[in-house]
Amino acid sequence: MTTRSRLRGTALLGTVPFFAYVTIFLVIPTLVVVIGAFASDSNTFTLDNVRSLGDEYVVAAFGRSIALSASSAVIGAVLGALLAYALVTARPSGLLRRTVTAACGVLAQFGGVTLAFAFLATIGLSGFLTVWLQDNGFDLYANGVWLFELPGLTLVYTYFQIPLMVIVFLPALDGIRPQWREATESLGGTTWQYWTRVAGPLLAPAFLGSTLLLFANAFSAYATAAALVSQGSPIVPLQIRGALTSEVVLGQANLGKAMALGMVVVVAVVMTLYSLLQRRTARWLG
Amino acid sequence: MAGVAVRRARRQRAFRWTVLLLLGAFFLFPLFAMIEFSTRDVETWPLLVDWPRLTETYPDLAAGIVASLGQAALTSLLMLVLLVPTAIWVRLRLPKLRPLVEFLCLLPLTIPAIVLVVGLAPVYAWVNYFLGGSSLTLVFAYTILVLPYAYRAIDAGLSAIDVKTLAEAARSLGAGWTTVIWRVVLPNIRSAVLSAAFLTVALVLGEFTIASLLHRTNLQVAIDYLGKSSATMSVAVSLAALLLAFLLLLLLSLFGSRKEKTR
Amino acid sequence: MRTLPRAAAATLAAATVIALTSACSPPEKESEAASSSAATATSAADLGGLDSLIEAAKKEGQLNVIALPPNWANYGEIIKAFGDKYSIKVNSAQPDGSSQDEINAANQLKGQDSAPDVFDLGGSVASANTAMFAPYKTAKFEEIPANLKDANGAWVNDYGGYMSIGYDSAKVPAPTSVDDLLKPEYKGKVALNGDPTQAGAAFGGVQMVAVAKGGSAEDIKAGVDFFGQLKKAGNFLPVDPNPASIESGQTPVVFDWDYLNTAAVTKVTTWKTFVPENAVLGSYYVQAINKDAPHPAAARLWQEFLYSDEGQNLWLKGGARPVRAEAMQKAGTIDATAFAALPQVAGTPVIPTEAQSAKAKEYLAANWAKAIG
Repeated sequence: MTTRSRLRGTALLGTVPFFAYVTIFLVIPTLVVVIGAFASDSNTFTLDNVRSLGDEYVVAAFGRSIALSASSAVIGAVLGALLAYALVTARPSGLLRRTVTAACGVLAQFGGVTLAFAFLATIGLSGFLTVWLQDNGFDLYANGVWLFELPGLTLVYTYFQIPLMVIVFLPALDGIRPQWREATESLGGTTWQYWTRVAGPLLAPAFLGSTLLLFANAFSAYATAAALVSQGSPIVPLQIRGALTSEVVLGQANLGKAMALGMVVVVAVVMTLYSLLQRRTARWLG
Repeated sequence: MAGVAVRRARRQRAFRWTVLLLLGAFFLFPLFAMIEFSTRDVETWPLLVDWPRLTETYPDLAAGIVASLGQAALTSLLMLVLLVPTAIWVRLRLPKLRPLVEFLCLLPLTIPAIVLVVGLAPVYAWVNYFLGGSSLTLVFAYTILVLPYAYRAIDAGLSAIDVKTLAEAARSLGAGWTTVIWRVVLPNIRSAVLSAAFLTVALVLGEFTIASLLHRTNLQVAIDYLGKSSATMSVAVSLAALLLAFLLLLLLSLFGSRKEKTR
Repeated sequence: MRTLPRAAAATLAAATVIALTSACSPPEKESEAASSSAATATSAADLGGLDSLIEAAKKEGQLNVIALPPNWANYGEIIKAFGDKYSIKVNSAQPDGSSQDEINAANQLKGQDSAPDVFDLGGSVASANTAMFAPYKTAKFEEIPANLKDANGAWVNDYGGYMSIGYDSAKVPAPTSVDDLLKPEYKGKVALNGDPTQAGAAFGGVQMVAVAKGGSAEDIKAGVDFFGQLKKAGNFLPVDPNPASIESGQTPVVFDWDYLNTAAVTKVTTWKTFVPENAVLGSYYVQAINKDAPHPAAARLWQEFLYSDEGQNLWLKGGARPVRAEAMQKAGTIDATAFAALPQVAGTPVIPTEAQSAKAKEYLAANWAKAIG
């Protein structure tokens, strides 16, 4: 027993660099956020920061963040699922499918400043489409400049949400066997019945799980919004930036940590649900 | 019965092309608009490919590009050094620790970068103290950011081979652990390691949040700043960066599919 | 055995975190610069006169400035002039940063060669961080009015201006009051320089409108409400105006300091600057030396340069009102053409006090997002 545990002890040494690194650059920052959320400026325990999360403007920011993430996740999930299904009906190793999946891999990673500028070039105030429409007598922004508000952000976010959906949902669709459809048909089932009774229920957990993943993805996104929006800090990540860098309202660093903690809680809940659904999917489709 | 199948195939083809055309238009249009926008000033593209002149006209942009390339290279290196031996070692010697390692590696997925940056500030005060304020120090944070993706790639690579048997065979022939890891296992998961490195590079080239809030520069920070003084140039650089990422990940996917074929 | 490493890691982590959160920042490095005599000098005389200061600064060879946009109050030219005059390399970091970014950078880069040497801060950030400043009195310190400087020279106001409305006269009709901006001619055209909860200039814009609409620098409800109406009318443009957006015509009406608006003429010749009657809101920026400056002599020389006639006139050339303007006018050393070109104002200037602004900010933080959301 002693020799074995000593062996284990030396084996553990091999993992020290990894654990040390992760402790310093991941665990400690996380704890700094958690502890900072409950610390006052003079480093005593306080609930003030967490209580400030109930302030109207913070609640509103969380509300808008959730609305943005939910709408871009649902739109992305529906359109992404359609695209994924379109790919499944193509030849599995064909050029079409390979090109589109590769493109989706790139576009799902495509966020941040470059994406914001892509849309500024398209539907920004002097963007290509805006100017073209104006020349043809149509004002894209007749009812206010929506590009820099939630509708605009939703549109921009779908640009990386749809491809992400394709990537995460494709394996589930691949798991559906053509034989199941044939079986339905030989038993006299219609296409409608096949989708509502067979494929639908099988795919539902995967679809829901993927939608949750998209939600978390949009909820965590910062760079795209930061590059696009400069007024009013509508969503939580921008409020956190404001708490850290504002030259007007000072001393909010710990409120920033409380908001950060709030974000972690939301994302953690969503990701837990996701992994539960994922496990369920894995049982049916393998 | 055959008639049904043919009709369905036709219907599916129509559906496929409708979806692809509509969504394809949505995805290609902004890229097209970027080309149009960035060519409004004819000087933009010639300037972008003329490195000496670019460095002179937009020194911040040049510094950002150099910083990003350095960060990408160093992050890949650090990620590999940290993750590959650990993943192999845990599989071979400490299988009970695997869930913990996996949990830690996937943890960054639930911690948004904007949150991480809030907690990283005090840690980086120490990094500054020991290593200075160079942009390259961002590598430490980036290695954390890429952990989930890199871990998945490497773990998948390790699952595909029988690490235990390989290692035991090598050990029985008298190889030490270092030899087992570097000379026996590593060559067998080369493609997984490469794809982890590609993902890392793509991610680092697109990172903005941490660099901008920790007061360091990289490509994205430079583009963002450039957008405030020269709109056309910033769009041109964005497009170039996007095409570069496209190329990188396309290479990766081609590499991945070749691997499947050989197997 | 399995629990041991976890317990150890947990203890280690907990200990480190407690150490970190109890504000245990890294020990200060005893750098060569910090121990040099320049780091404690409170005037050029302490170093044996201006010439010795110049010599010491040249030896350091570099100066780190931060958050100085080249087109802001003529800083581009000022930096170049300083660099050329003393052959000192000026490193300009984060030109687009906020005042808080300057302080954050000084804290995060403490002890590094790249830490900022000097600050140019908004009033509230400056008064919250006076402990970080090294007191220094330039040769012209006495000429500066007492209410515009710290008595020990920890900070000194440098240049200021009035909040103004800039507009492209070729694109929109000339506004005669802030209420004009609610008219349909300004649909989607009115921008504010930044988010007022974050940027000092935008905050000044809201204060100015409040004053114009019968409120005060302290009671800014009227200002916030006005921007709410502007938003509802579809006139408010949620874009950060900058030289690029003004040049391309994306932001035809801009609330900003008059020195920034007058500077836009160089990009758009039809750009006009307008300060509404009886709503003259003034504000000065604050100059200070980082007490941990990696180049203490260069930092002090920079101050001497900025407050010299040359430096003050350079600010004036950029449309800003230098703090020594009155004294220089008396002495006849002011650049008269540039001085005459400043926008004319009618009414007594209001210069908000810290207490007034603090009250206004409280209201702003709670209500701004609501008003324009």
